[in-house]
Amino acid sequence: MEDGRPSGPRFVDADLLIVGGGLAGCGAAYESRYWGRDLRIVVAEKAAIERSGAVAQGLSAINCYLGMRWGENQPEDFVRYVRNDVMGLSREDLVYDVARHVDSTVHLFEEWGLPIFKDPTTGRYVREGRWQVMIHGESYKPIVAEAARKAATEVVEHVIVTHLLPDARDTHRVAGAVGIDVRDGRYVVFRAKAVIVAAAGASHIFRPRSAGEGYGRTWYPPWASGSAYGLMIPFGTEMIQMENRLVVTRFKDGYGPVGAWFLLLKAVATNARGEEFEKTRLPELRQRVGAYADVKPMPTCLRNHLMLQEIRDGHGPILIHTERVLDTPEKEALGWEDFLNMTVGQAVTWAAQGVDPRKSPSELILSEPYVMGSHAVCAGAWASGPADLAPPEYRWGYNRMTTIPGLFGAGDAIGGSAHKFSSGSFTEGRLAAKGAVAFLRDQADHLTVPDENRIAELQVELFRPLETFQHGHSKVTGGSVSPDYLQPLSGLQRLEKTMDEYAGGASTDYMTNETMLNRALDNVTLLRADLARLGAADLHELQRSWELVHRVWTAEAVVRHTLFRKETRWPGYYYRSDYPVIDDTNWRCFVSSVYDRATDRWTLSTRPYRAIM
Amino acid sequence: MPTFVLVDKCKGCMQCVQMCPSDIMHIDPSQGKAYNIEPSMCWECFVCVKSCPEAAIDVRGYSDFAPLGHRVTQQRTADHIEWKIESRGGAVREFVFPIRTTPWDSIPSPAAAPPPSAEMRQGELLSFEPDYLAVETLPTLPSNRSIGSS
Ligand SMILES: Cc1cc2nc3c(=O)[nH]c(=O)nc-3n(C[C@H](O)[C@H](O)[C@H](O)COP(=O)(O)OP(=O)(O)OC[C@H]3O[C@@H](n4cnc5c(N)ncnc54)[C@H](O)[C@@H]3O)c2cc1C
Ligand code: SF4
Ligand code: SF4
Repeated sequence: MEDGRPSGPRFVDADLLIVGGGLAGCGAAYESRYWGRDLRIVVAEKAAIERSGAVAQGLSAINCYLGMRWGENQPEDFVRYVRNDVMGLSREDLVYDVARHVDSTVHLFEEWGLPIFKDPTTGRYVREGRWQVMIHGESYKPIVAEAARKAATEVVEHVIVTHLLPDARDTHRVAGAVGIDVRDGRYVVFRAKAVIVAAAGASHIFRPRSAGEGYGRTWYPPWASGSAYGLMIPFGTEMIQMENRLVVTRFKDGYGPVGAWFLLLKAVATNARGEEFEKTRLPELRQRVGAYADVKPMPTCLRNHLMLQEIRDGHGPILIHTERVLDTPEKEALGWEDFLNMTVGQAVTWAAQGVDPRKSPSELILSEPYVMGSHAVCAGAWASGPADLAPPEYRWGYNRMTTIPGLFGAGDAIGGSAHKFSSGSFTEGRLAAKGAVAFLRDQADHLTVPDENRIAELQVELFRPLETFQHGHSKVTGGSVSPDYLQPLSGLQRLEKTMDEYAGGASTDYMTNETMLNRALDNVTLLRADLARLGAADLHELQRSWELVHRVWTAEAVVRHTLFRKETRWPGYYYRSDYPVIDDTNWRCFVSSVYDRATDRWTLSTRPYRAIM
Repeated sequence: MPTFVLVDKCKGCMQCVQMCPSDIMHIDPSQGKAYNIEPSMCWECFVCVKSCPEAAIDVRGYSDFAPLGHRVTQQRTADHIEWKIESRGGAVREFVFPIRTTPWDSIPSPAAAPPPSAEMRQGELLSFEPDYLAVETLPTLPSNRSIGSS
């Protein structure tokens, strides 16, 4: 399409539409075929599923595996661990549900050909830590994608899904989705009876530490555009934990992961003076967070918090002593493989700096914040839980169905279900798929028909940035500045600047308060209004435009949720200077939000936390 | 800059364009060769590098923190990957790691298994469970155990 103009929609019909073919989406595709033999199962993916999503380059560990067959752990143990790590706030029914099924997922992966490290004497998987197993995971994603491709009726690639479609008779129900084929510029309309959103969390909500060529060297990938949230929020889906953003400790600049170094190789981190600050700062931490300070292992956010205090006190840089642990060639290879499998950029950084990790320590840093639901945080949609585990308040329909009939989620899309990681996200995709197939069977008589008016309206809206650019561009000389449009990169940087400066980004040491958040909210809502004037020079920029729209929705939810929660629940992720302590009496509950398109208003409230055991 | 394409080697086959998860490997129409259109949105994930049949794509560390004079290259076969890391200062390291234990395209569709019973649809088991859990029954909460789980 030379000028990018669409030539009428391409319709794709499905019983079940899966948006996003990452770990969760592939799990959903696989499982839905098992339960729905004759269903049309369609995966819509903005890239190519063999190498899309957070696992594009591979991984070195499966971070969620119980080992029930060897009696290593039970789901209860996992729930207790997660409860502590996320400072008391998770949907324990969902956490338990992932835990009790995740072993079968990992055993499938092994059978499919994923090489998992095994202890030659015991035959058991080699543990990185209590919950993690080591893998030679360079081809993790292509293996999982192969299984999904075998199961799906059709995998539609290079289509960015931009909006969910309402049913013509019941606008509160989902009946498909629309998107743009970024190769031929066609408008693509998916008509579906049920939808599983698995379109991942978000990087680039907050300004990254690297602002030059390394702008793309975020920990979560630059293509994590918050589409799971950007699709669900404007459709009126109830969201929780959007304030629960993630900051990770990583090797400085290259953002190499630390898990294998700390857990398996047992490297220690010190401040510049050689002190093991996690020990020396413990009394002070107890004063701040009480009993949470003595939880073992120490919650992820609190470890961040201690590191941050050290750096603020001028005791940085924080060093990880690789040189003390790489005493054999096997360990050296393992250290490099850890990066080559999942963050090649860190190996490149070491090579560029001439670092020999056997001889010198490396620096650690805290990243900019990310918004996601599958790690040591759990932003996402409020979902119905499993029949035998969910307390009554947590169950109103099928497993992993959101508050929208027919709309399911998995992976980063589902809130409260922390510590899923890759294996748990795939497992949650399976759970959502079983729920969605049951929904389809029960609703066989209720034919959904997507709203024609909305399809027509969106066709214009989706391609408007191309027109806006053409108009605005003809008025100015060759440069990129125009008074008439906003280019997606400029919009992204505007978003990142305000989130960084006001909403608890790295440049304020993750500090914010009510006045700052209100500034952020003003700026983000102004930006949301300006999105109507996005200008895209070509189809690539059109994709970037819609990624930005999804990120802005995500950011607005983050700001509103952060404003609503009047405490500092996760020191080390963010701080409310006006409410600096953890307030279990009033705030051990979920913050929930619902956006209403008809009135353009958000409603914030709380949902109760229930311990299931 | 992340990736760059060696002009003599690239045949314009589009493999990298197809695979890049960031949609930044494109063909320059004037030359018919690939290039990275948005280096600042590159993750250095090596997906395009691994996909290129001509070994035409290389990576140079991000200029805002990576000094020049290094190279990280790979060769990937059906069951392993070989990495070569040439560091600034001259050190060279080589590693070989397995990537897959079964032949490619050997995973069966879940539809190859017998269809699930009505009872299985009602319960909490996923496909191939409890067999693939390698424990006898699917765990549930102690409060449910008296009534049993399925
Ligand atoms: C560097 C790094 C290291 C990690 N290490 C580990 C580890 O060691 N062990 C572990 O278990 N986990 C690890 N994880 C976490 C794990 O990768 C994630 O938890 C998991 O991939 C989340 O699954 P998901 O399906 O929600 O998202 P993803 O796997 O990211 O999939 C999302 C998919 O949606 C697609 N998509 C997005 N937007 C759209 C749209 N608008 N339209 C169409 N398609 C869209 C994407 O292209 C992608 O394919 C790591 C992650 C990273 C980034
Ligand atoms: S895959 Fe290699 S040969 Fe093919 S277009 Fe890309 S760089 Fe050129
Ligand atoms: S390294 Fe990854 S992000 Fe960069 S151009 Fe290649 S495939 Fe795209």
